[in-house]
Amino acid sequence: MNGFLRFGLMLAGLIVVLILTLAAFQLPIVDSVKLIFEGAFADKFAWSRSAVKMTPLLLTGLGMVIAWRAGVYNIGGEGQFVVGAIFGAAIGKALIGANATGMPGGSVLILGGCAVGGAIWAWFAGWLYVRRGVEVVISTILLNFIAIQLLGYAVSGPLQEQKRQVPQSDLLPESLMLARFDRQTDVHWGTVLAVVMAVLLTVFLYRTVMGYRLRLVGDNPKVARVNYIDPGKVQLSSMALSGAMCGLAGGVEYLGLVGQLGTTFPQQWGFLGIPVALLGGLNPMLTAGAAFFFGALFAGTENLARFTPAGTTIVYVIQATAVLAYVGLSGLKKVRPKPEEETESTPS
Amino acid sequence: MLAAQSTGSPWIGLVAGITAALLLALIFGWFTIRRGIDQVVVGTAINLLALGVTGTIYRTQFGKSGTLLSVTKLPPFLGRIDAVELLLLVAAIGLTWVLGKSSLGLALRATGEYPKAAEAAGFSVSRLRFIGVACSGVFAGFAGAYLALGISGSFAENMTAGRGFVAIAMVTFGRWKPMWVLAAALLIGFAESLQFTLQAAGVHAPYQLLIALPYLVALTVLVVVGRGTVAPAALAEPYVKGD
Repeated sequence: MNGFLRFGLMLAGLIVVLILTLAAFQLPIVDSVKLIFEGAFADKFAWSRSAVKMTPLLLTGLGMVIAWRAGVYNIGGEGQFVVGAIFGAAIGKALIGANATGMPGGSVLILGGCAVGGAIWAWFAGWLYVRRGVEVVISTILLNFIAIQLLGYAVSGPLQEQKRQVPQSDLLPESLMLARFDRQTDVHWGTVLAVVMAVLLTVFLYRTVMGYRLRLVGDNPKVARVNYIDPGKVQLSSMALSGAMCGLAGGVEYLGLVGQLGTTFPQQWGFLGIPVALLGGLNPMLTAGAAFFFGALFAGTENLARFTPAGTTIVYVIQATAVLAYVGLSGLKKVRPKPEEETESTPS
Repeated sequence: MLAAQSTGSPWIGLVAGITAALLLALIFGWFTIRRGIDQVVVGTAINLLALGVTGTIYRTQFGKSGTLLSVTKLPPFLGRIDAVELLLLVAAIGLTWVLGKSSLGLALRATGEYPKAAEAAGFSVSRLRFIGVACSGVFAGFAGAYLALGISGSFAENMTAGRGFVAIAMVTFGRWKPMWVLAAALLIGFAESLQFTLQAAGVHAPYQLLIALPYLVALTVLVVVGRGTVAPAALAEPYVKGD
């Protein structure tokens, strides 16, 4: 029940922040909320837009949950997202080259490659932290920049389309794309995959020994060390897993939606996963809730942008204000000692 | 940051930009220093907030007309070098002196290395950290306002394109010394401008790798030396009195 209560409070808080933000920019509140709501939920197209926007947010958010829970501040989701997609595109190109696009499981192979790509990118930052003491925040920022340049190089070099005119990779054939449920909307299997991942991660974190160790290392590395758990090792694998999730997000975006890579491919999903995970209290299921809320908000504000000058940038304001309010409030909570702090993280 | 620029005077705009950044820095300071909340969390939120607020203001104020926003640029000074560029050198030398030689600099470094010692010597750790955060806000705001007013004379959403993050990389690359950071900044600026020169000259080089080079070098430095002893020991750690 505690989880439901928290979710309800969170939702109420987010709506308050939304209204305050609209008021702060002197937008007509009732009309704007109506437009946002219509854009997110009015018909099946709106629902599908919300779901499509939710998908990468949820996967990168989950990636952040894994790393942050282990006490590693991975802010390189963006780089891992991009590198994952580059790996995927390389496999896609190889499949096209080998005329094996009809191969069953081709998209699974590409998604796997994406996860591996993201994992390698994140693992490197984790290795730097664990073995060389380099702050993850700094190394992941550097790796983000390098990843973006790598993408630019890849799509105008080795992975460029066959005509070699535009800096883009070849459009994948339909057989390699993730299947859609409906011919008219964009919802694809990636959305299901993301939700499944949220469930799997919940089980992993709260029901397995590995997950317990991971949380222990994040909460108190000293206690972990006393119990013969090597925090470095756990943090390294959590980084790799986190990167795999972000890489998978890149893959889902690539196979589910765009089908080709270009320099406009990164849409900051990797970065936006951070506030989503934070507002989800670093809990996978609540993160799914937060991802859905912000996915819907993205879809809704796109609708708002069609009728008013304000647009999706308002989502950033809402996310930021919500995070600040959230950490500010939980900071207050810490000042007053509360014994049942920990109970909420174990689902009943 | 740019709302004030429509007043016409680029100097007022510059001051407004710096003030706005200072305000954001103080919010950041309040959350991290007073409340002891994690800096990465607050920093991410502040970044998003700035991106969202500037983008929304820009869209609601200027978006409808669809015209390109252009403002008077800062006047050049001494031919091609403008005042701000000169100020850079002065700032780097000045910072080296302040951090290395003045008592304020010593106290500031002490709060970064070993806050307990600074406290014992009678300094207020949180006040000193606030001073540090405020100064960094002023510099960052100056940079942003200069980008809009001095270089482009316009505004675009997310026009800074992560330059604030590059700064962190440069500090690492420059080993936390202002003069070396200046050199690192020159190197990165050089790499970026070389990209256009190479393209204009028709040289078909993978310029992306050139741009990535400074980051690769910074990363290599980190791989080789590790964290070392250069970064302040108590960096990013909240300080609780009497803890």
